[in-house]
Amino acid sequence: MQKELWKGNEAIAEAAIRAGCDCFFGYPITPQSEVPEYMSVHLPEHGGVFVQSESEVAAINMVYGAAASGMRAMTSSSSPGISLKQEGISYLVGSELPAVIVNCMRGGPGLGTIQPGQGDYYQATRGGGNGDYRTVVLSPSNVQEAVDFVQEAFDIADQYRNPVMVVCDGLIGQMMEPIEWHPVPKRDLPPKDWATTGRKGRDHHNIINSLYMDPEVCDQHNANLAKKYALMEQNELRWEEKECGDAEVVITAYGTPARIALTAIEALRAEGIKAGLFRPITLWPFPEKALHELAGKTHVKAFLDVEMSSMGQMIDDVRLAVEGQKPIRFLGHAGGVMPTVEEIIESVKKALKEVQ
Amino acid sequence: MKKEIIISGFGGQGGLAIGKNLAEAGMAEGLNVTWAPSYGPEMRGGTANCSVVLSDKPVGSPVFAHPTELIALNEPSLEKFEAGVQSGGTVFVNCDVVTDRVQRADLTAFYIPCSKIAEEVGNPKVSNMVMLGAYVAATKVLKPETIEKMIQEMFAGAKAKFIPLNIEAFRRGMACVQ
Repeated sequence: MQKELWKGNEAIAEAAIRAGCDCFFGYPITPQSEVPEYMSVHLPEHGGVFVQSESEVAAINMVYGAAASGMRAMTSSSSPGISLKQEGISYLVGSELPAVIVNCMRGGPGLGTIQPGQGDYYQATRGGGNGDYRTVVLSPSNVQEAVDFVQEAFDIADQYRNPVMVVCDGLIGQMMEPIEWHPVPKRDLPPKDWATTGRKGRDHHNIINSLYMDPEVCDQHNANLAKKYALMEQNELRWEEKECGDAEVVITAYGTPARIALTAIEALRAEGIKAGLFRPITLWPFPEKALHELAGKTHVKAFLDVEMSSMGQMIDDVRLAVEGQKPIRFLGHAGGVMPTVEEIIESVKKALKEVQ
Repeated sequence: MKKEIIISGFGGQGGLAIGKNLAEAGMAEGLNVTWAPSYGPEMRGGTANCSVVLSDKPVGSPVFAHPTELIALNEPSLEKFEAGVQSGGTVFVNCDVVTDRVQRADLTAFYIPCSKIAEEVGNPKVSNMVMLGAYVAATKVLKPETIEKMIQEMFAGAKAKFIPLNIEAFRRGMACVQ
């Protein structure tokens, strides 16, 4: 298949069009502005609707409306803008509406920086809006994965009637890499007979709503949602292990830091130090069982969690999975500073020394 | 084989395009490639740079502190990145813009009069093609034919008149280091 050089953000937009995205609502913010820019030109060419909204809050509520009418709807933003969308995401989950939300993360808190960051892990994996809820969170670490995951995200969203997040850091959005437009797995999807497309002789109105005044009914609604999350945990879990078969130090990382870790692992192995990478691809559901089992292996002496975050966020999930079996060290920066290959090498050596 | 290249200059000098051309050509030759731009306030009137990796193995980190080669199109770029270049590495300097010399003795330096040559072939805009030619000839990591084919594909249709100009600039750049 022909390889093409694509910039991450533009590839994400093109992937959405190829996945049959009907509507895109967005607002510019660095480092994701190429997504709406590309959509504004190309989505209408495919019969879709592009709206540059007056704000991020408006954009996510336009997504709600379009999704309610059965459209494949999408929005994208970067960290501060994604914060503004949290109320809408909670409402989408509560109303059981499918949608795709891309967060091209930058450093925070507040306006922070326009440089790459990973400080939105908690927000994405715990449900950043009000109420108990979960969304599948896919995390690409190269442009090919970004393209594949965005296409699959629409199907995952439709299958569960639940929003899906694709979370990448600013570098994945900004960089160019060769990709192939290969077919991604398609799912058998249920008909959208719940959509508000007009009564058309039916004996009832379809109503889209997240308000349940009766506590018993709201409790049951939440129980039904929880059943869906359980199915997502069962069916949607993804992760990758590299060089973990004999690794003494396992690096846990996602997105760009996972790539930087791979370069460090190559250099460490050339020096005879056995390092490996455990990369969650779905941040939620988190590959807890696989990581727990890896931690139990006798060859594994320690973990090093690497994130673009000052204190670490995914490290909490790593701790929950490892359950104290092995020590966990942390290396991270925020504010757009990326961990370097040299720092990772040094941290791995230090972690190994501490356990010997 | 792994090349980690930083290309840096003022916005408008074509540094990001040199990087994109290297990545495109590397991809055409079956290499694994990445192109990562600096983005942010430095693009507005300051220096813009990009990091390119060409490798026969999958690319880990697309960004790096120690390039194998530096292409410096302006003075601040040379100042900023020379210290980080790998020992034994190569620095390409547009000597029409940069008056400083490479200070380190463990680096190979090529001083390419990109702007002057571009004017000689008829258009100051192709100075980046001159530099691309110098890089390809000095490192031999990509085939000149691949770049020339790419130039022909880049300027298809109504832009075809720009093909001879760009190829001439590319070849003059190659000649600078041969």
